[in-house]
Amino acid sequence: KMLCMLDIRLDGRQTYDYRNIKISFGTDYGCCFVDLGKTRVMAQVSCELITPKENRPNDGIMFFNIELSPMASPAFETGRQSELMVKLNRQLERCLRNSKCIDTESLCVVSGEKVWQIRVDVHLLNHDGNLMDATSIAAITALCHFRRPDVGIQGEDVTVYSTEERDPIPLSIYHMPISVSFSFFQQGTYLLVDPCDREERVMDGLLMIAMNKHREICSIQSSGGIMLLKDQVLRCSKIASVKVSEITELINRALENDKKVRKAGGRCGFAESMPQERITALKTHVSPLEMTDVEEKANEIVLRAEAPPQTVPSPVLPGPGTGQVGEGLQSSWGLEEEEEEEEEEEEEEEEQQHKAEEEVTCVAEEKRGGNCKYLLRFTSLVPDVFVPSCQLQYSQNCTDKFRTM
Amino acid sequence: MEVCGSSNPTLREFGSEQNLLSRPDGSSSFVQGDTSVLAGVYGPAEVKVSKEIYDRATLEVVIQTKVGLPSVKERAREQCVRETCEAALLSTLNPRSSLTLILQVVHDDGSLLACFLNAACMALMDAGLPMSCLFAGVTCAIDGDGRIIIDPSAVQEKESRALMTFAIDSKERRVMMSSTKGSFTVHELHQCVAISQKASDNIFEFYRESVRRRYSKSV
Repeated sequence: KMLCMLDIRLDGRQTYDYRNIKISFGTDYGCCFVDLGKTRVMAQVSCELITPKENRPNDGIMFFNIELSPMASPAFETGRQSELMVKLNRQLERCLRNSKCIDTESLCVVSGEKVWQIRVDVHLLNHDGNLMDATSIAAITALCHFRRPDVGIQGEDVTVYSTEERDPIPLSIYHMPISVSFSFFQQGTYLLVDPCDREERVMDGLLMIAMNKHREICSIQSSGGIMLLKDQVLRCSKIASVKVSEITELINRALENDKKVRKAGGRCGFAESMPQERITALKTHVSPLEMTDVEEKANEIVLRAEAPPQTVPSPVLPGPGTGQVGEGLQSSWGLEEEEEEEEEEEEEEEEQQHKAEEEVTCVAEEKRGGNCKYLLRFTSLVPDVFVPSCQLQYSQNCTDKFRTM
Repeated sequence: MEVCGSSNPTLREFGSEQNLLSRPDGSSSFVQGDTSVLAGVYGPAEVKVSKEIYDRATLEVVIQTKVGLPSVKERAREQCVRETCEAALLSTLNPRSSLTLILQVVHDDGSLLACFLNAACMALMDAGLPMSCLFAGVTCAIDGDGRIIIDPSAVQEKESRALMTFAIDSKERRVMMSSTKGSFTVHELHQCVAISQKASDNIFEFYRESVRRRYSKSV
């Protein structure tokens, strides 16, 4: 506050100065990053076909969602609808939806049945003040950058063409509303444009004016409870119109640059816009791998691995055509003897199934009569045949063959 | 992103930037080909009493996708990343505190879980949190012909019959975490582990190089 009176700001800006705005685009259409000084925001636009609202069958739907990522500030938590989130969402909706900057009728595919829903997700990545301005710039830039898939209608059928089949088409945007924030100190005596985080914490009130470059005000919001005079608001709107035209110019230049790069077939995206000259950044090239000794390594791993625990006793063949793995324990329950032994044997076999790794040489199953469900038959008499327990099923009458003495 | 066997396998070009966000204690972005991820770390900070652990720090991992609400898939990935980080971090040095790791998907073009792991490691390094080892993530895919592809792109992932991601530690190149999808033989698994261990050499070399570059000028 002292600094205000001395006409200096913490970062050396003048009263009406904006911080450096940097706009970059992602690999796919509709993804854009905006850096407003240190405040960082990412916007992504996506679309899908849905049924329209009942009372507006010819209009597409715009859906806005601002995510306050916990990355942006330690105060933000996931999953909690905080007041700030509601406020920002509402402001963005008023700014973009109520101002009718997008032609929603052009989003209609089949009246009353299928319209495009354009969804704008804005993620706040770093909070250093003035989130509203950054989100509005990101949202409108992403909408201008976005291309929706082309649609063909033949009678009743609607075909959505993928990007390979037909070029996607941009949205029809009438104007670009941009919000400008003013912070007030000492009951409206001092005002600052584009407050940073520290200035936001000590401000008395905030005035947000959303305008487009044709000097039409799309939305005004005053919060904080300060009382402003008429000429103060008019002065702010004049400042806002100057700022908005500068920012709109910047956005258009960024879009143009991106279009040129894409047309020339160059690579675009976050990867490319990573600054190379910074000491904190490093990039490598496609690097080949030394694959010469992979086979040996793989074998080495197998050799060094501990041998699997050998807990499986070889199955015993008490007679031709029958097999027995493990020994059932003598049941001590009395009446329910038969069933208990069945279960124990089954369990033992399942255990052994999991531990051993030998392959089954052969198992055949045969249905016989109504009493016995499955009968095991070994075509070889090799003793180390392992029978997976899933092939074994018991019914009461079969237990004779598998029970021990 | 290429093949095992006779031809030369390659990792896509990768790059990273550290300390790019001013609010988090540590932040990094990791880019593998077109897949890019942003990571931010806060910690050690105050922890809620319901979540505190008496002798170690509580690590929380949050993965944010670009569009839509996070689903079960993100939760599963969060678990994988969290377990790797907990194994690497010396969390007993900061008892009763919280470490929060936030990962934001910027673009997904395959090998996303590996990218998460790499970005997480760089962010933890940037935050200066004490770790017993570094870790690197490598994804392998086995396509229909049985060839092994390292660091697959989204198209290659979709056509693969098995997809595996391993987290390899820097000290002894052992597997810290593995997450697999699809069917494959035991021999293929061993081969992929061996290949991932070799690939992690490149990534650890990269970590070393970027840290050396960063601290080359003393302030």
